[in-house]
Amino acid sequence: MFDLLGTKLASRLLLGTAQYPSPAILADAVKASGTSVVTVSLRREMAGGKAGEKFWSLIRSLGVRVLPNTAGCHSVKEAVTTAKMAREVFGTSWIKLEVIGNHDTLQPDVFGLVEAARILCEDGFSVFPYTTNDLVVAERLLSAGCKVLMPWCAPIGSALGPVNIMALRSMRGHFPNVQLIVDAGLGRPSHAATVMELGFDAVLLNTAVAKAADPVGMARAFGKAVDAGREAFCSGLVEPRDVAVPSTPTIGRAVFS
Amino acid sequence: MKLIVNGEALEVEATTLDALLKELDYEGGWLATALNGDVVPAAERAECRVNEGDRIEILSPMQGG
Repeated sequence: MFDLLGTKLASRLLLGTAQYPSPAILADAVKASGTSVVTVSLRREMAGGKAGEKFWSLIRSLGVRVLPNTAGCHSVKEAVTTAKMAREVFGTSWIKLEVIGNHDTLQPDVFGLVEAARILCEDGFSVFPYTTNDLVVAERLLSAGCKVLMPWCAPIGSALGPVNIMALRSMRGHFPNVQLIVDAGLGRPSHAATVMELGFDAVLLNTAVAKAADPVGMARAFGKAVDAGREAFCSGLVEPRDVAVPSTPTIGRAVFS
Repeated sequence: MKLIVNGEALEVEATTLDALLKELDYEGGWLATALNGDVVPAAERAECRVNEGDRIEILSPMQGG
């Protein structure tokens, strides 16, 4: 079992709930992935509307834990207010903290992120900060009270996969005792397996599953990839070498000439 | 009285946040509210007075990544 802030989870895959072709496909994808945690958000409700009620009812029926986000927030004030509203609606102090700093890349505003994280941690939230792979920012977030960090591996929705393996490896090495969840930019199950092989504790993704031709099949594939990557990491990977080493024993081989 | 509700200017009669939700046909425990950028918990809506020009946000659960 995966112990995430004291909560035992069956899966190391966290799945987003946006962009699916239909609510039914979303529900089937969640089940197929084996995930125990899905991300959700808050948006303006139309007068007399029931969209929020229907969605929330669907999520509750799936028996998974929710991780609300502050997606779309561009300031500390927006993010903190959204987090507090999410805590009331969803009944959890977990919050995926996003403070976006750039419209094109959706890169986090790491200065605002640290400030918002400090405010929310002091208010009792368990903050999951969506951050870059910058080690100094990571240190600041930990000092602010975060117990989990969620570095990107590529821009949100880009499906580029881990574009800077060295940075991710460095982050894992610098924070061996901090739970690190790769969030954003994963495109393929092999990307998820790659970061799990590096020793990351979990992955969070959305677009790669929701926008696949068959979201349910892709959800299942990501679930398997995350498990495979984790088991590979725990089993001790062989380090690459520059020279060939025969796998078949050379002692006792026949000599014919 | 004119209020800005979810970014839209509305003419309303309600003088409290709780009454405003009823007047605009909002109902349900899944709603979150904010007045002028500050959260107003459900338990405080009945006591929360709204005034001319106030900005009110009414949010509900939605898909997210």
